[in-house]
Amino acid sequence: MTARFEVLATGPLTTIQDSGRPGQAALGIGRSGACDRTSYQLANRLVGNHPDAAALEVTFGGLSVLAEADLVYAVAGAPCSNVALNAPALLRKGEVLQLGPPRTGLRTYVAFRGGLDVDPVLGSRSTDLLSGLGPAPVAVGDVLALGKDHGPMPGVDLAPVADPPGGEVVVQVLPGPRRDWFTDAGWQSLTGQSYTVSSNSNRVGVRFEGQPLERARDGELVSEGMELGALQIPPSGLPVLFLADHPVTGGYPVIGYVAAPDLDLCGQLRPGQSLRFRERTR
Amino acid sequence: MMRVLPCGSSALLVELGDLDEVLGYYAALRADPPAGVVDIVPAGRTVMVTVDHTDLAALERILLSTTPLVDRRIGGDLVEIPVVYDGEDLADVAELLSCSIEEVVQRHTAEEWTVAFCGFAPGFGYLTGESSWDIPRRSSPRTKVPAGSVALAGEFSGVYPRESPGGWQLLGRTDVNVFDLDQDPAALLSPGRRIRFVDATSSAAPNGRRG
Repeated sequence: MTARFEVLATGPLTTIQDSGRPGQAALGIGRSGACDRTSYQLANRLVGNHPDAAALEVTFGGLSVLAEADLVYAVAGAPCSNVALNAPALLRKGEVLQLGPPRTGLRTYVAFRGGLDVDPVLGSRSTDLLSGLGPAPVAVGDVLALGKDHGPMPGVDLAPVADPPGGEVVVQVLPGPRRDWFTDAGWQSLTGQSYTVSSNSNRVGVRFEGQPLERARDGELVSEGMELGALQIPPSGLPVLFLADHPVTGGYPVIGYVAAPDLDLCGQLRPGQSLRFRERTR
Repeated sequence: MMRVLPCGSSALLVELGDLDEVLGYYAALRADPPAGVVDIVPAGRTVMVTVDHTDLAALERILLSTTPLVDRRIGGDLVEIPVVYDGEDLADVAELLSCSIEEVVQRHTAEEWTVAFCGFAPGFGYLTGESSWDIPRRSSPRTKVPAGSVALAGEFSGVYPRESPGGWQLLGRTDVNVFDLDQDPAALLSPGRRIRFVDATSSAAPNGRRG
């Protein structure tokens, strides 16, 4: 019998994610994929999955699933109450796995041994909320089957990983292609102030509340390519930080980019949290 | 003049003089891609190159030594797209161009269009012609443009891959599915492809608005 489970509750948003659809941006197709790739990859590793296996991305806890067979799973990312983190575990047939709200962070990854067996779309099982590609967000009553794509168990009981930070987060930022559209005072305002993460944030981008940035020039930018981590400045002067489901092109100037090591941290920012951008120097 | 601009830890943005140069530069990079390339994204005046490593100095050297190809088209046959010219904005476009509706259709079908870049939605191509079009967007965008609508805006023509909001001027409609998940590649209108629109109005339903 195929291993599978039934979804009893989803919390605010649960989607299926893998490592996304790289290499198709020229066709208007974004990469998408897990917002916190480090945690997603760890959850997969702990159950011996292929690195690109599909897992659940749970936003602010609230997921509840009923096992219809014995399942091996691992949870990583934002630490939810009720569940063991960063360790492989067994969910027996008839048992319920229930994720409470996370202590810190926003996104929790649940990988099941074998990976989620849903049909790939353009090479990926990721839900892209902006383009509408991939499986629909997980809904109550969904029955999800597991695949058989796995290697041996890694022989690790627990991966020692720090929780996502709960207080003020500092991320390193590099000047972007349109740094010169802003005055030096604008750049200093970006790297000097403490922003608050807005509740108006999602997998497309993180929005911030704070002091607007001063621009050095007006006018419109011809749309250009955008990457993960772009800090786009719309006319409001408040940055939008692009996450996994960002558009492949955009028409607002990008003042800077979050440096790669801090991108996963940004996928764990929760509304109300404070954040500082520090210019990366080396 | 070409400029290379920073785009985070694994990408660079090449700024070029105009759209023609973008097309030629994109074609050159596609013909001889840099090592470790993940994505090459052409746009109106730029080409963004993303790689799977962080040796951006090496990438920059390659980008600076790449020159745009004169023949900017990517191989493959000319794609023909049959269009029923009965769009709601056809009369407005004719007025904007100070010509008849028939002349609009004649000009739209006479052009050889090239897909300059994609964006807005998966499979939405920005097609540029040989003559210079300059069509303003509608003053008030529609909340729903049907899939398959063939439209004009600025210097571009396009085909809506699926129903979406949109402010382009609607010329007509096509049955060609420009973004089909069952096809490989899913997007028919990839950058560099050559396109010709064919007038299918007369063979369409007799209740077409033109005639």
